[in-house]
Amino acid sequence: MLIQSQAAVIARNETWSGAVATEPHEVGWAREAIIFVRALHDAKGNPGRAEVEISPDGIRWVPEGTSFALPEKADGVTFARVAHFGTWLRVSAKLPDGASLVVLVTLHLKG
Amino acid sequence: MSPDHKALLAALRQSDPKLSRFDPLPRIITFDDFDQGFCGWTQLVGNYEHTLDAMLPGYAQHSMAMLSTLPQWDFGSHGSFDGTYALKLASKPRKGAQNVTVKRLTFRKRGPLRLEFYFTFKPEASEMRLSETDVRSIGLLYDFQTGDQDKDGARVMPHLRFLNALDGEHLQKWQFKRHTTEVLPIGTENKTISHYHLAPQDWEDLPGGAQKLCYNEIPTKINWHYVCFDFDLETMQATGFRCNDRVFDVSGYEPIRMPAMRNLWCMLNLAFFVETDVAKRANLYIDSICLSGDF
Repeated sequence: MLIQSQAAVIARNETWSGAVATEPHEVGWAREAIIFVRALHDAKGNPGRAEVEISPDGIRWVPEGTSFALPEKADGVTFARVAHFGTWLRVSAKLPDGASLVVLVTLHLKG
Repeated sequence: MSPDHKALLAALRQSDPKLSRFDPLPRIITFDDFDQGFCGWTQLVGNYEHTLDAMLPGYAQHSMAMLSTLPQWDFGSHGSFDGTYALKLASKPRKGAQNVTVKRLTFRKRGPLRLEFYFTFKPEASEMRLSETDVRSIGLLYDFQTGDQDKDGARVMPHLRFLNALDGEHLQKWQFKRHTTEVLPIGTENKTISHYHLAPQDWEDLPGGAQKLCYNEIPTKINWHYVCFDFDLETMQATGFRCNDRVFDVSGYEPIRMPAMRNLWCMLNLAFFVETDVAKRANLYIDSICLSGDF
């Protein structure tokens, strides 16, 4: 049987500022993931970096150890690759004061 | 279909443990067992033109359904009805937040349709209390449009929900709706419109539709429930509805009806939705789904 694969938009046209995180996403069936963040408009200020987080229960979150720069220009795309993440994944960020970014975040899963 | 053919078909289906818990009409249109993947269930994205800002807020909140093992913090994965994975639809943690998952088909024949599925629902178990009134509602809807040559061209959207609770009151009853919101133009090209048919207003009680379901005793234990909803595409009327041991009278049931739209001929969309009554995620789980027709 072919492996499963899914592209999931997990944040669409959301304005990020301050402390933000995507909704908990259950990914226990997948072995690998790529997370893309696309800027829908130019960022205000420097948005900084995003972190990948994992969780024992979808409620409590810890850093997975992977971080990546958020895009600054409209249609800019950045990404992170992760594997061996257990049952849950999300992306979080702490944007500096005055910075904001409108994002389209996609999760690409295979397993 | 001859009596022999009918008996053979029934025997074959009853000998298959996955199908024997359903009572499908002669043609199985889709049988969705989520151990096989997402089976075509996707996010209900709202309409837009030129910019995503044009999307109505009701749709903007929607997100993707997931494959879930029903994992719980206190004992681990619950598992699905008959395997590992169920389809999970989660709302955001904001009072009144909704989410919808959809499967998009078209139909071959305007005749009887039967939708059967097993479901359960729970709030996110973020508190050590029963939380039985945290999920506001779960439900299903169809989105049909007649064929392009039909004389009675119409878009018809049957809705049915289990209103579990509203503002903390445990109501536990089935409802339907016959009205959507105002149809609004989207963009500037006069080609796209939108309306939010899951707006909170205009739900009506299904006569005799009160039902107490099996919630269980803590927020992490679930039990699966059976639903069978019959709808006739020829007459565009509901013809039957049951949930577990209860058979409901649908003679007072009406779908939303509206004029046919330019690009939706023979549409057969099927969707499930969930809504939270508190600032906590509400989860609807489904495993599995059997959609059948009489053709």
